[in-house]
Amino acid sequence: MSCRAGSWMFAAAAVIVCLLDTAVFAEAKNFEDVRCKCICPPYRNISGNIYNINVTQKDCNCLHVVDPMPVPGHDVEAYCLLCECKYEERSSNTIKVTIIIYLSVVGALLLYMLFLLLVDPLIRKHDPYTQPLHNEEDSEEMRPRADAGPARGNTVLERVEGAQQRWKKQVQEQRKTVFDRHKLLS
Amino acid sequence: MEAAEGVSAPTPTEEMNGAGTLMDFLDEPFPDVGTYEDFHTIDWLREKSRDTDRHRKITSKSRESLWELIKSLLDAWSGWVVMLLIGLLSGTLAGVIDLAVDWMTDLKEGVCLSAFWYSHEQCCWTSNQTTFADRDKCPQWQKWAELMTGHTEGAGAYLLNYFLYILWALLFSFLAVTLVRVFAPYACGSGIPEIKTILSGFIIRGYLGKWTLLIKTVTLVLAVSSGLSLGKEGPLVHVACCCGNLFCSLFSKYSKNEGKRREVLSAAAAAGVSVAFGAPIGGVLFSLEEVSYYFPLKTLWRSFFAALVAAFTLRSINPFGNSRLVLFYVEYHTPWYMAELVPFILLGVFGGLWGALFIRANIAWCRRRKTTQLGKYPVLEVIVVTAITAVLAYPNPYTRRSTSELISELFNDCGALESSQLCDYINNPNMSRPVDDIPDRPAGPGVYNAMWQLALALIFKIVITIFTFGIKIPSGLFIPSMAVGAIAGRIVGIAVEQMAYHHHDWIIFKNWCRPGADCVTPGLYAMVGAAACLGGVTRMTVSLVVIMFELTGGLEYIVPLMAAAVTSKWVADAFGKEGIYESHIQLNGYPYLDVRDEFTHRTLATDVMRPRRNDPPLAVLTQDSTTVEDVETLIKDTDYNGFPVVVSRESERLIGFVQRRDLTLAIKNARQKQDGVVSSSVVYFTEDAPQLPASNPQPLKLRRILNLSPFTVTDHTPMETVVDIFRKLGLRQCLVTRSGRLLGIITKKDVLRHMAQMMNQDPESIMFN
Repeated sequence: MSCRAGSWMFAAAAVIVCLLDTAVFAEAKNFEDVRCKCICPPYRNISGNIYNINVTQKDCNCLHVVDPMPVPGHDVEAYCLLCECKYEERSSNTIKVTIIIYLSVVGALLLYMLFLLLVDPLIRKHDPYTQPLHNEEDSEEMRPRADAGPARGNTVLERVEGAQQRWKKQVQEQRKTVFDRHKLLS
Repeated sequence: MEAAEGVSAPTPTEEMNGAGTLMDFLDEPFPDVGTYEDFHTIDWLREKSRDTDRHRKITSKSRESLWELIKSLLDAWSGWVVMLLIGLLSGTLAGVIDLAVDWMTDLKEGVCLSAFWYSHEQCCWTSNQTTFADRDKCPQWQKWAELMTGHTEGAGAYLLNYFLYILWALLFSFLAVTLVRVFAPYACGSGIPEIKTILSGFIIRGYLGKWTLLIKTVTLVLAVSSGLSLGKEGPLVHVACCCGNLFCSLFSKYSKNEGKRREVLSAAAAAGVSVAFGAPIGGVLFSLEEVSYYFPLKTLWRSFFAALVAAFTLRSINPFGNSRLVLFYVEYHTPWYMAELVPFILLGVFGGLWGALFIRANIAWCRRRKTTQLGKYPVLEVIVVTAITAVLAYPNPYTRRSTSELISELFNDCGALESSQLCDYINNPNMSRPVDDIPDRPAGPGVYNAMWQLALALIFKIVITIFTFGIKIPSGLFIPSMAVGAIAGRIVGIAVEQMAYHHHDWIIFKNWCRPGADCVTPGLYAMVGAAACLGGVTRMTVSLVVIMFELTGGLEYIVPLMAAAVTSKWVADAFGKEGIYESHIQLNGYPYLDVRDEFTHRTLATDVMRPRRNDPPLAVLTQDSTTVEDVETLIKDTDYNGFPVVVSRESERLIGFVQRRDLTLAIKNARQKQDGVVSSSVVYFTEDAPQLPASNPQPLKLRRILNLSPFTVTDHTPMETVVDIFRKLGLRQCLVTRSGRLLGIITKKDVLRHMAQMMNQDPESIMFN
């Protein structure tokens, strides 16, 4: 049942991330997030230029954006025909939030990895759990639901630890399959 | 099994027995019955009948009360809910991956001073200081050398940048491979061969688990941004399938039925491709053509919905800032001419050759990795490949940037405003209207320069991709293949364009290309080349063309794409029937029964069935004379996954089939929970156990776990038919009888072995059950 609850929690977290994203997206249209960019190629003796200002989509054309106009009035039309204006939007907050979330996930994983590799073996030197899997029979029985009964572990901590041990066994088994025996994914 | 049981349950005899002393514990099914062990094959027939049974139960219950009615409605809707959730999550994850890759790829070269989380393009997004000549430079974005030493030019700065580029690449790939190794070994590779196998009815526990999902998402970003020659498209399919599996566990309809779960996974694969290429319909077709095994119409509609939701979610995140779902979206308007079909078909031939070469070479290398010392150093291998890639890639501007950007540039047509080297044509000074159709122009020095750089990049990509695909980090194949094709296509395109410009008077160009007309679009050649190469490697046709068509948004290019895709398939098929995914399935010996293979040998069921002539007889159970101890010895001594049940050893008439796993669980459960079951208890598979004297030990009744409708064929059935039955019905095993007497058994593994043998391959390469 704990597996089930975990799944629900994961799903809820996913949906929250989703909503957060949309929320961020909705309030995001600040001044940094829209631009109208006009690229004008060289024309007669005027060199090429890039104009980049913040206007509404309606006003995103050469006449509004190119300022000051480098050509005299009768040439404006010809010059503006050459220019290409593009209205673009982005969400800087989505980018910021995503990158920061991503970095913190990587950071957390690295910390946990260090914990598993360095600290964990020291703590549980005498723990019966860490007995490596000797017989194959045992390792086949490590399916999540088979021994996830409520009987094991009274406190939350113990239960979490039990789950962690089971997970470790699974990963160990996966590692054996992929890296040592080369049965899968080679 | 359950269906038969569901029918027999209400009969009076069963009622009487249920009320009796015999089998109270069996009334509520004990956990895990009907599930499968790791690396086993599922029985599609059994799963289907279990679902029908469940459905019937819910329908009959729904008439009882309003609550039950609501529950049944929820149940009917749960499929669509799962699809919605899959679409939302996989779209979001794809957006996260895109954004993070964009940033980390640029981190190899420099950093944005105003806000570190911006990539190069985003950093200069609002800058007013960009100039026409240097349009991607702005003061906020600084390369590492500039930041550290203050110099932007010179050998020292170049070397420092070069060094840091390699260092970052090594760091990213090292992180990726360690995370994969420590947390989720199943997250490596592209995942599509395994998903194909899983969808065909194989169990790999943990392959679609939560940790795999997390680690694959995280390390995919690292792997792609390390600049290795790999793409994110294949792994995204795996990620989407993990999402599918995750949401399956919320609904018992899907979590308890492996067959139904696979329907959801097929749809999830469609959502994955939908976000990978921004091609929802292409995704659905990809799932149908390439990955799925069992694809009913209902799944088609659901995949359609999931692909739609996923694409919509990704679009609302807008990761590339261009309101498109992929970086290399292009829009052409120029027409193509009949004569151009010749170069398109030549590109198709190139794609086919590349596909054949890649598959041969990559499989040979992977076999070496699997069997020799090389496989013992996965971390070192990744580091070495990254180092070589980074050292060789940096000097060439076309390999230095991310492969998606390269493809995007190659696909793009040269407008008047393009600044890239590839568009360095000599402009006619009198040209006044740089609208869409710019007439053909002579190539400038930049284009010639780009040509040899692209040629070097082509060789580099071809070689390095062979060694990259299969290393122990998430690695997709689509993008590198497309890059190879796009480079070749662009080179051919420019060659044709220049030929047409300089030789207007040639007979082929006479009608087609008048001076001053825009007749050749090199970007289109790049696109056709990409399609051809991808087709050569994966052997997709329909879905490939649709994906490419969704990328261009132009209907008029369907014929060139189709011509190239078909040619490349023909050419590649001439060198070997299998695509890269099937080859990897074969290399790993997964029990995958390909629907597309033809079986034409004239063998009979009796040639394939076990036991063979000199083998010991088939291990069977009798319906009413085996003791618990006998069964336990049988389970211990053999490793068969199921046992036929017969009337008696003399008559050998078949009653049914019982799975080893169910048998083990039932006996274990009975020993724990049911009083009086001891080693000498007799196991009954009959409908009702006879009344025994009180001195005898309590009997164990196991009819509940017996499959009363096992599939049987006679011993003279041609194997052609048997193979067809296995494929179409998704059987796990099939019993062979002669005039009602049980002779032997054919399992899926036997069929696969037999097929391998018939194709002169090593039958022992089929590894799993």
